[in-house]
This record gives sequence, C-alpha cells and structure tokens, in this order.
Amino acid sequence: MNDIGGTVARDNPSPQGDGVAVSPGRQRLVVIGNGMAPGRALERLFERSPDIYDVTIFNAEPRVNYDRIMLSPLLSGEKTFEEIVIHGDGWYERHGVTLHKGCKVVRIDRAARLVVGSDGRTAFYDKLIIATGSLPIVIPVPGHALAGVMTYRDVDDVHAMLLMARGRGKAVVIGGGLLGLEAAAGLTEQGMEVTVLHLMPTLMERQLDAAAGHLLRRAVEARGIRVITEANTKAILGDDKVRAVQLGDGTEIAAELVVMAVGIRPNAGLAKDAGLTVNRGIVVGADMRTSDPDIFALGECAEAHGQVFGLVAPLYEMASVVGAQLAGDAEARFNPTATATKLKVTGIDLYSAGDFADGKDREEIVLRDAAHGIYKRLVLQDNRIIGAVMYGDTSSGAWFFDLMKRGTDISDMRETLIFGPNYAGGGPADPTAAVAALADDAEICGCNGVCKGKITGAIAAQGLKTLDAVRAHTKASASCGSCTGLVEQLLRIQLGDAYNPAAMQPMCGCTDLGHDDVRRLIVAKQLKSIPELMQTLEWKSSGGCARCRPALNYYLLATWPGDYIDDSQSRFINERVHANIQKDGTYSVVPRMWGGLTSARELRAIADVVERFNIPTVKVTGGQRIDMLGVKKEDLPAVWADLNAAGMVSGHAYGKALRTVKTCVGSEWCRFGTQDSTGLGVKVEKFMWGSWTPAKVKMAVSGCPRNCAEATCKDVGVICVDSGYDIHFAGAAGLDIKGTEVLGHVATEDEAIAVIVALVQLYREQGRYLERIYKWAKRVGVETIRKQVMDDLERRRALYDRFVFAQTFAQHDPWAERARGKDAHEFAPLSDLTRLEAAE
Amino acid sequence: MSDWVDVGALADVPVRGARVVKTSAGCVAVFRAEDDRAFAVEDRCPHKAGPLSQGIVHDRLVTCPLHNWVIDLADGKAQGADEGAVRTVPVRIEAGRILLHLASLPAQRAA
Repeated sequence: MNDIGGTVARDNPSPQGDGVAVSPGRQRLVVIGNGMAPGRALERLFERSPDIYDVTIFNAEPRVNYDRIMLSPLLSGEKTFEEIVIHGDGWYERHGVTLHKGCKVVRIDRAARLVVGSDGRTAFYDKLIIATGSLPIVIPVPGHALAGVMTYRDVDDVHAMLLMARGRGKAVVIGGGLLGLEAAAGLTEQGMEVTVLHLMPTLMERQLDAAAGHLLRRAVEARGIRVITEANTKAILGDDKVRAVQLGDGTEIAAELVVMAVGIRPNAGLAKDAGLTVNRGIVVGADMRTSDPDIFALGECAEAHGQVFGLVAPLYEMASVVGAQLAGDAEARFNPTATATKLKVTGIDLYSAGDFADGKDREEIVLRDAAHGIYKRLVLQDNRIIGAVMYGDTSSGAWFFDLMKRGTDISDMRETLIFGPNYAGGGPADPTAAVAALADDAEICGCNGVCKGKITGAIAAQGLKTLDAVRAHTKASASCGSCTGLVEQLLRIQLGDAYNPAAMQPMCGCTDLGHDDVRRLIVAKQLKSIPELMQTLEWKSSGGCARCRPALNYYLLATWPGDYIDDSQSRFINERVHANIQKDGTYSVVPRMWGGLTSARELRAIADVVERFNIPTVKVTGGQRIDMLGVKKEDLPAVWADLNAAGMVSGHAYGKALRTVKTCVGSEWCRFGTQDSTGLGVKVEKFMWGSWTPAKVKMAVSGCPRNCAEATCKDVGVICVDSGYDIHFAGAAGLDIKGTEVLGHVATEDEAIAVIVALVQLYREQGRYLERIYKWAKRVGVETIRKQVMDDLERRRALYDRFVFAQTFAQHDPWAERARGKDAHEFAPLSDLTRLEAAE
Repeated sequence: MSDWVDVGALADVPVRGARVVKTSAGCVAVFRAEDDRAFAVEDRCPHKAGPLSQGIVHDRLVTCPLHNWVIDLADGKAQGADEGAVRTVPVRIEAGRILLHLASLPAQRAA
C-alpha cells in the first residue's frame, strides 16, 4: 500500500467546508463513500458535464477507489492492490476532486446541507450522494468478537487475512456462498488449511441446485478445502483469540482465523439518522433520489423498486442514472434488469445470471457432463431466458446473458440452445450434395452390402427417421459404423428438416437417451448398478440389449471405481472369459510382453503351453507379442496357469482396454535413439495395464523421429527427441487411416507418463463406449483436450489421480484369478451327455 | 430312459447367461433369463454357426458373439433384418433342475 490515509488535492480551508475550494458558478457535490458505484457515477457525470460541480468524496477506507470484485484475486495473491485500483490519485486530481481518505462521515445535517466527518472535517453540499455500501453480517454467536474473527469486505480485511495466513495455520470460513468460497480458496492459496462451514445442505444453494452444488463441492474439496454442510455454528472458542469453532453437534474445529462470509446488509444507518426514508436500504425512486430530492443514494446501500442489489451490473446502471441526473437529465431512470455473477476462484468456472427460482410457468433446460464437471441450467419463461447458471464451462454465459437481457424469443433455437452460440444458426456449406449425386446402386455399407437405393427406399417406405431405425431395417452402418456419416446424409437428403442431426442419437433402441446423457445421469442420480440405472432412466426394454449393456457396465465401472460391481453377464464374451473368440468358437491367448520385450523363460513357457495343449497356430501380433490361436475354451484356465507360472499375465488383447505399448529399442541399442523408448514403453504399460477404456487403446514409443515403432498411427504415441518427448494421440490404422495429432512436448519421462495417463483418463471419462480416441478427439476437439491435459496442470493432476485410484481396483491379473477357479462355470459345460451316452 | 433329460441345476446357469450341454447331436445352449425362465437352443447361430451360448442375454433374446445376430430364444428366429432360425429344444424346470427334451433334436449320432 502506498497511500495511507490523509488528504490529497487542494487543502485550502474555505467557508464552504473543509478542504474545498469552490469555483464560481459551480455547485457543490459531496459523495459519501468511494466504492465502485459512486466512482462510476462520477465518471458518467464528468463525461457529460465536467464543469458543473466541485466534488468532494469522503472515503472511510484510507485509499482510492478500487475494484472490490477483485478482492479474491488479491487474497489469493493473483493480483496486487495496484492492479485492482480503478481510480488512481491522478484521476482525482485531473477532475478536481477532493478525496478525504480514511474519513468516515458521521452525520448529515440536511437543514444546513452539511456532512461531518469522523475527524471533524465538514463539507457543504448542494447535491449529495450516499454510497455507504453494505456491512458484512456478523453472526452473534458467543466469541464473535474474539481476535482472529473477521469479515471479508474490503482491502483491510484482505490484509488482515494475509497476515494471519503467514502462519500457515488453520482457518474456518463460515458461509459457503460466493464470497465464502472465494475467501476459502484465497486462504488455501496462501497455505492455510481451510474448512468451510455452510448452514445449508449444498454450497451456493441460491445459485445452484443440489447436483451442481455437489460438483462445486467436489471441485472445492479437490483444492484441499474441507467442506462441512448443514453446519450450524454454535460458538467461537478461545480466550483472547480464536482457538476453535464449535458446531451445533458439539464438533470442534481448530482455527486461528475465522472468516464470516454469511452475507451483507445495506449500510443505511447514516441516512436513517438523517431522517431519510429507509426500509431495508435507503429508499430511492427510479431517478435514484432519496426522499430528499437533493440527496441520491446508490450502490449496495440503496433500495430501488423494493430490492437491494449486490452485484456490479445493476450498481453500474444505478451509477449511470445518478450521473445523468446530476448532469441535468431528469428523464434518466433506473430499471433493474437481469444480473450476472461469476465465482472468482481460478480453475472453478461458475456463472449465474437472472432468476432461478422455481415457478409454475417456468421451464428448465439442463445439461450435465459430470465427468467433465460441466453443468448448465437455463430457466425459461414464455420462451425467454430469465435465468442461467453455468458451472465448469461458462463460455456461453455472455451469450445467454445477452439473450436474457434482450428478452429474445428462443423458440427457434431451443433444441440446441444449451450448447451455446456455436450451435445456434449459421449454415455451413452443404455437405450432402456429393451423396445426393450417388447412383441408387452405389454401395454405402460395405460390411453388409447395402446400396444407396435400399437405404433411401427403406427411409421412404417405412418412414424411418433415425440412424438407428435405418440400421434396424437395412443393416446399413450396423457393423463397423464407418458408413454412418453417409447414412446420416441420406437421412438428411430424404427428410430435409425433419431429420435433426443435432438431436442426439439414442444409445440404442432401449432408451431415448444418448451416451453422454446416460453418463451424466449416472453421476447426477448416483446410479450404481445396471438394474437401478434401467429403472431410474426408464429403459424401454426389460433387460437392455447387447449394445447398451456393455456400455452401461463400462460407464458404471469407470464412474464408480471400487464401488461398482462388474456385471460379467453384461460383458462381451471376450471380456467375460479374457480371451478372443474365434470363428470356430475356440479362443486365442495373448500374454503381455511389456513394451514388446520377452525372455528365454517366457518363450520356453509359451513353447511348452503350445505343445501341452496342442495349440494349432502361434503367431506374432502387430503389437509385438505372441498370439496362441485355437485354444479350447475349457483349456483356458490351465493355459493361463502355465503362463502365470512363468510370470506372464493377461495381455488384454480381447478387451476394450489398454492393449500394447509397442516400442523400438531406443537409446539402449540404437545408434539413432535419443531416449530410452523401450524403458518408457515398459513403464507406461506397467502403469496402465488392466484399465478398462471406452474402446481399445494401442500405444507406441519411438526412440527417434525415424519412428520405427510407428507411433504416429496409434491411439497414443510418443516420439522421443533430444529435448524430450513429443506426445501424439488420436491416430488410427484400422477402419480409418489417420496420422496422430501432436498433443504437446514434455521434457521428462515422468511428465510424459503424467500426460499420457491424464489423456487416457480424460478419454475414459468422456469417450462413448466403442468410440476410439481419434473419434472422441474429433468430437470434442483436439484443442479442448490439449487445454485440459497439457495446459491446465491442475486438471492434469486431478485426472492422473483419478486414474491411479481406479487402477487400484483394476490391476489384478484376470488370468491368475481364473486359473485359481474364479468363474469356473464359464469354462466347463453344464453337463456332457456324450460321455454319459458312451458309458451306457 | 425318459424323454426328458436332467442336465443340471438352474442355479448353475448364471442369470442372464448360458451354459453348454454337450450331446451326441451337438452342443445345446441352455439359457437362464432375468426372470429365471429357461430356454434351450442349438448352440449354433443360423448365420455362421457362432456359439450362441457365449452371447449376451437380454430379455428372452441372445446376441451372437460373432456377428451380432439377435435370436429369439423362444422360437429360435433371427430378429430384425436377418433371416434364419435356430432349432429350439423343449425345456422344463422341475425342483430346480433343468430337463431337456433332447429327442426333439434330429439326427442323433452315435457317440
């Protein structure tokens, strides 16, 4: 702080009041309070009429006007005071404003048109602005006056808190609203161990519903802040200073610092003493004049249209009206419109605007993406947005707010409204022209031999409206799915506007919900089993189908690691018996060879197994390991037992899981190798094996840009270079051929592993079942992924931690379990009548 | 020997799952639906002879593990756009035991 107290500007005593020189012909304008609202009012006044008034400001705080909204960044250390100053000393001088810093007005003498400051300074006025702001509410519990108990309202509070935080001790923040959470985050940032106490069951309940409050709580807790809801503060304990906070249930929480952030009330005492009409706040008309027409009130102390205001937007609107009125525009009126607010905690994006209260004639559009931590809720009335809450992704906030303020009728874009401006309107070039031009006998679906005419014929004859319906009736796009785009275009051509591609595709015929909806609802409704999910989400079939059940099993498994009990009957046979079914009903067995490395012992064991079980074919796979094909199902457990004995475990060649990490020999042998690519490959594989993913994940690590491990067509690939590791992803070399995208460059092996793990975890959380990484990346955008995995270190860390947690339940060799007898029924016939008959 | 053959306990078949009974006429897949109804069909998909016993069971349907044909276990017929049917085997549950009427299967071969 470089300006403590005192007065600035001109200081020549005058009969008009202390420290004010009156220019001839000018009126005297006195402002009580130097917050954002009066600052803005003066700006507006000076823009219109710089020369009508001589202005004197009394500021109880010993400083210039600053951006109170930025207190939280100030507390967290992200900003300095200088950065949040709105009007520096120069501004007051330029506009000839007298600023009494650190001087609180104690009395308004309306008869004499005089204000009196705490230090005896006085000022006469022709026009007066009262902008005394608000006072923090202090809960009158025992101990509320102890040293170490403070509120969070101004820069002084922040400085006091920062001083306390130096000890890196424990703090309790009472109040889980906007301000309380910002204070908690700031104090945590300063190294304190913070507990937030909130009276209500969920955080920020005035802006968020329970589920979103839960998301917020998780994000807050992820920062190491402890949250106790339904916490009724009974007393603050301590002798001369705070020692602990005691809750209604007797719990004591140690604290050296207690911050009360439970709310504010208008600071209207001065006005009341002066005989002005005061209700909750100082009552003003739409012209912002109080019951005394020469006195204006604005900001948090004012009550207009029966409301008091705490957010900056309406306060600034008030300020414009005051500025205009003072400049002589008697028509200026304040009409409160919707307001918006953002939580200013770095890494937590929260935005709310307007009115969210439930109402009979109100509707809601809600979007939840729990894995991504996204929640959006729009409240509609008469096809207009009247309230918006966004959590996680607030990028559309301004757009929604604009629609709200304009009262735009959103009927036309209602379907996609929640997705934001990018999805509303704007027509790209017509991509269907080429497909429309195809002949009727052109083959669309190669797998099932379906031509265009058959598809368009079925759409017309059967009145098909969705991709799924086309699949069911023609089998087009029902196998590998690579013709899905073409089929969708045919639908679009046939149906025109009646085909709505933005309408989400249902998971399958058992539900109208799409994959993403289901994943969100699993979290939002805490669904933890398939029957519970089908019941709650109103599945249309009694037991699901072969398409939704494996997907649901995966989603539940990925969402609730350790909690959800894997339903093997909902797994595809390969994952149920941990081997690959072949066309004749036999199985193939592929043990893991870490990074493609093997040994004499392993090879010998494989050779023995092949001979012992008469395995007809042994083949080297594309992923650098050995495949034994034609194993009889009943032999599988014994085969695995032998392989286990030589130290080999399941290679998951059968699973929607981490498959191989292919490597080249790298710096250990190769004269071109820049890094230990084999070593990194082995580390990644050992770290990540066993994890289930939406679809298979193949990786590779090449030791130099010559790329012998072919890393640039993998789901995840690493190219080692002298300076470190280039991490690639979203390649494909199957149904589609696609080179990878570069995710980023890291310098160390540990970072490379952290990035890869975070990437795969993000995919596990967002990928739709059977959607490979390249398709996921195409859907959500490479840049979006890069931001979360490369740029946002905190998010990377959180993803990494979640993966590690899930691995504690996943890294058990399924072969060893089954060799020991698990799921024995899978491998033996119920009965063998051929033997019986032979005996007879 | 009665026409009905006891092939095992219903409890030994997983719910929404299947087990195989080996017979001289080939393998029979015995299914147990969610509601404990039992079905038995030849363990050969009418499409490419995939082992239906290894498929995912949903309601009274099974999806073949090889190419996703969906077979109605009650009548053996392929669903949707696919055409074909698998032979069904009459099945009865008595005192928790599964009884199959294997004589319905044609072409008994010597074991």
